[in-house]
Amino acid sequence: MHKHTVSQLSRGLREGKYSSVEVTRHYLQRIARLDERYNAFISVDEQAALAAAEAADARLASGDGAPLTGIPLAHKDIFCTQGLKTSCGSRMLDNFVPPYDATVIERFRSAGSVILGKTNMDEFAMGSSNESSYYGATHNPWNTGCVPGGSSGGSAAAVAALLAPAATGTDTGGSIRQPAAFCGITGLKPTYGRVSRLGMIAFASSLDQGGPMARSAEDCALLLNTMAGHDPRDSTSSDVPVEDYTAGLEKSLEGLRIGLPDAYFGEGLDSATGECIRLALKELEALGATLTAVSLPHSALTIPTYYIVAPAEASTNLSRYDGVRYGHRCADPADLHDLYTRTREEGFGDEVKRRILIGTYALSAGYYDAYYKKAQQARRLIRQDFLDCFQSVDIIAGPTTPGPAFALGAKDNDPVSMYLEDVYTLAVNLAGLPGMSLPAGFVQDKPVGLQLIGPHFGEGRLLNIAHRLQQATDWHTRTPADGENAA
Amino acid sequence: MNWESVIGLEVHLQLATRSKIFSGSATTFGAEPNTQASAVDLAMPGMLPVLNAEAVHYAVKFGLGIGAEIGKRSIFDRKNYFYPDSPKGYQISQFEAPIVGEGRFEISLPDGSTRSIGITRAHLEEDAGKSLHEDYHGQSGIDLNRAGTPLLEIVSEPDIRNATEAVAYLKALHSLVTYLEISDGNMAEGSMRCDINISLRAQGSTTLGTRAEIKNVNSFRFVEKAIQHEIERQADILEDGGTIVQETRLYDAERDETRPMRSKEVANDYRYFPEPDLLPVVIDDAYIADIQRTLPELPTTKRHRFAEVYGLSNYDANVLADTRPLADYFEVVVGACNDAKIAANWVQVELLGQLNREQTSLAQCPVPAADLGGLIARILDGSISGKIAKQVFEAMWQGEGSADAIIEARGLKQVSDSGALEGIITEVIAGHPEQVQQFLEADEGRRKKLTGFFVGQVMKASKGQANPQMVNELLAKKLV
Amino acid sequence: MTITQDDIEKIAELARIRISGEEIGEVTQRITEILQMVDTLQAADTSNIEPMANPLDATQQLRADEVTELNRRDDFLAIAPAVEDGLFLVPRVIE
Repeated sequence: MHKHTVSQLSRGLREGKYSSVEVTRHYLQRIARLDERYNAFISVDEQAALAAAEAADARLASGDGAPLTGIPLAHKDIFCTQGLKTSCGSRMLDNFVPPYDATVIERFRSAGSVILGKTNMDEFAMGSSNESSYYGATHNPWNTGCVPGGSSGGSAAAVAALLAPAATGTDTGGSIRQPAAFCGITGLKPTYGRVSRLGMIAFASSLDQGGPMARSAEDCALLLNTMAGHDPRDSTSSDVPVEDYTAGLEKSLEGLRIGLPDAYFGEGLDSATGECIRLALKELEALGATLTAVSLPHSALTIPTYYIVAPAEASTNLSRYDGVRYGHRCADPADLHDLYTRTREEGFGDEVKRRILIGTYALSAGYYDAYYKKAQQARRLIRQDFLDCFQSVDIIAGPTTPGPAFALGAKDNDPVSMYLEDVYTLAVNLAGLPGMSLPAGFVQDKPVGLQLIGPHFGEGRLLNIAHRLQQATDWHTRTPADGENAA
Repeated sequence: MNWESVIGLEVHLQLATRSKIFSGSATTFGAEPNTQASAVDLAMPGMLPVLNAEAVHYAVKFGLGIGAEIGKRSIFDRKNYFYPDSPKGYQISQFEAPIVGEGRFEISLPDGSTRSIGITRAHLEEDAGKSLHEDYHGQSGIDLNRAGTPLLEIVSEPDIRNATEAVAYLKALHSLVTYLEISDGNMAEGSMRCDINISLRAQGSTTLGTRAEIKNVNSFRFVEKAIQHEIERQADILEDGGTIVQETRLYDAERDETRPMRSKEVANDYRYFPEPDLLPVVIDDAYIADIQRTLPELPTTKRHRFAEVYGLSNYDANVLADTRPLADYFEVVVGACNDAKIAANWVQVELLGQLNREQTSLAQCPVPAADLGGLIARILDGSISGKIAKQVFEAMWQGEGSADAIIEARGLKQVSDSGALEGIITEVIAGHPEQVQQFLEADEGRRKKLTGFFVGQVMKASKGQANPQMVNELLAKKLV
Repeated sequence: MTITQDDIEKIAELARIRISGEEIGEVTQRITEILQMVDTLQAADTSNIEPMANPLDATQQLRADEVTELNRRDDFLAIAPAVEDGLFLVPRVIE
């Protein structure tokens, strides 16, 4: 049953082949048995999950089911879930049980889906390896000595290890796509503003975007149908009408123009990974696409720009964690200053502190123009590069990451080298574009991800392309050995 | 040395919206602590601000009221600082691109003269919560009901020269914002709070001295006193050859002094940057034109009109145009009696006097304006005397009905029937032979005075209802 | 741009994060490395480029002035570290 995709489960549930309670129980049991190996989950509430499954069964029985009714899903622990701890991977929120749901969670609840649990993540989504989590690193199901990527590493690992049929993630600089690539699953970062950020704990407001992580593009489309849409409670949420993302999946790729940015295939790209990407691109050619070289002249600005904008916004987004209204509070504060400084010293991990300090520096008097303002200007140049490309191509493609998953601990004490891991994913967030990663082969038995980037609100087209490729290939159907199920 | 003080005011005006500037929480004053603090106001994780349309509307209304340029594309910024009454660790405010740009407006001073004061800018921002310093086991309590209440911060140019002008400025501002109905202007509830920037310079100098900022002064009287004290304090330092430290001070009303604020000692670096959770607010010409069309007549215009059209003194025009309800009341009275000067007198002396004695407001006034006008009309047509009119006004205040009804019911109509008056006069003359004798022997000047005595006697005998003019005429005939 | 330990202490104070004496050297080192990487941006020509705050250049939508939030004080106070009489407690605030 756990090998089923969401769309298969959805059919099975509606045909009465099994109940949501059975499906949910099955996944809960797998989590209980197997998650020790992966540490993909921070919280699992079996009772609540089964109660939701029962309600879903009743709804299905009454014929009132939606496509996701009864489907158990894992959610990144960054989405607030009423009554269920939402830690954001931080000691700061280790005791935080939100009295409200994120809009994304609300939408999944009203679609009748079941919350299996909350997945592990880099603390406050700051990281590319899941190693900065207060709850310990998550292990890559393909090679437990490797990282799953981050920051949505718990979600990626949970889906790859078949502990959940699909999951939610968030992507600020690659946090859906990079772990999807490392774990051999399909993940989509929608256009900025497509999915509500309300109740999704903020890292960098102008970059954060929630999206689906699943085992196929079709499943991503199903999830996105529920997640996407205007939210009047999020000022940055877009009111552009939402399409039915499953409707266009089968469209032909004949005449599709794919741009390949030179910057994504140059120095720094692992050659075996590059080979996989070229092979996947050949498949797309076979499906009717044409490949053209394009250039992104400002791509060298991407990393410095991102590492100013994201920490600057984060540094003030995280000011609310002060030990006054919720979350961690240091013991016996001597005075107000002690309350703040010690609460934040204890509550935040090293990477979060580093980013707060960098962001504070970038915004401080005398540096604002040289850093933040300049980065926001560079951002416009970076976006313009993409908009120029989309004059002549429909989408852009390349590798999601420079190489496959690296070993746990490999980049300890070397934040800069960790940051370089996101070299191909950051620009998409800076430009607010939709981007996805889908499996495209293996290097040293570790998955490789193909990244597709579309114009604003082009996620439907990306899903269509990914779906057609997945119909023609089987990389996405491979699953890691977990001791119970031989691959 | 002669010092000139240079004063600029920053007024934090609470806008009278139903809900907060960035959340759907109520803004009602005086609610139980934290009962009007939603997840957004408490800066719970993942919460986001959404801008209240009415706050924008009110800000634009204010901008048009002072003839300012409206920011067609205004930006919200984060002002970062840690304080327990600021739950996000930043205040959402406007820094580089405020919604209201430069403007100016006229203030009138107690001596009847006027001055024009420049407004540098006005911007929207959110209010903070409150720290309650009652002792909770050595701790402070935080109430976030007020957090997120919309404020319009109105920054004046340093055009103000003394405490009197500062108070006049605040009164004019108060009058303007209540006219515009964008704030309840309730000072006691903190709807208008003031930061005072003040520096001294040698008379005749054009450079600015080092300024001190006095925070959070919330009544006209305290503003006056705080400025007076601060001028003295700075003058003393300068006279002694000292220098003024640029600092934030607090006015302590109880001890009537200003003192430095301890919490702001560390120089703050607010790290302003555009609030990424909100987008630029774009205002188009049609929106502005719509508001312009609905703008009421403003206090300055009204003041000038009252002086010109009704021939009132500057002083009377000022008093009557001070609030919109009073101005409206006055104009209804004028409409009903057709005599602006008497109407002005009655409204200021009798009506405001009575409201003051009863400690009530015009909104609670039991005498409708049209009825007061009706009463004055009866004076003007000779039906009653001014003295009787005061009695009738008393009765109207008690809810006994219109002037006519009361005059009728109490039989207060002036006696203008010459037959009846002659009877009374004959009696009075007969009753005072001695005075009649004196009158007949007196010269012209003394006769006038003695006539007054007889008029008084007639009025007394008629219980004040005799028509004084007729009494005079009849007496003149009878006494010869 | 070089950053000193002293700078880091000032920034940490602005950010209200305590950094212990033994950590400060390491933190300064890491941040220096990151800032060196970030400083490559200084070479870029961004003159006359409008800063981009929102990737879609969208503008603010306004909310009707309606009270939509109910009093949920009990829910919120229940997850707060220190409360009394409906208030959040903090060490004494001095103005």
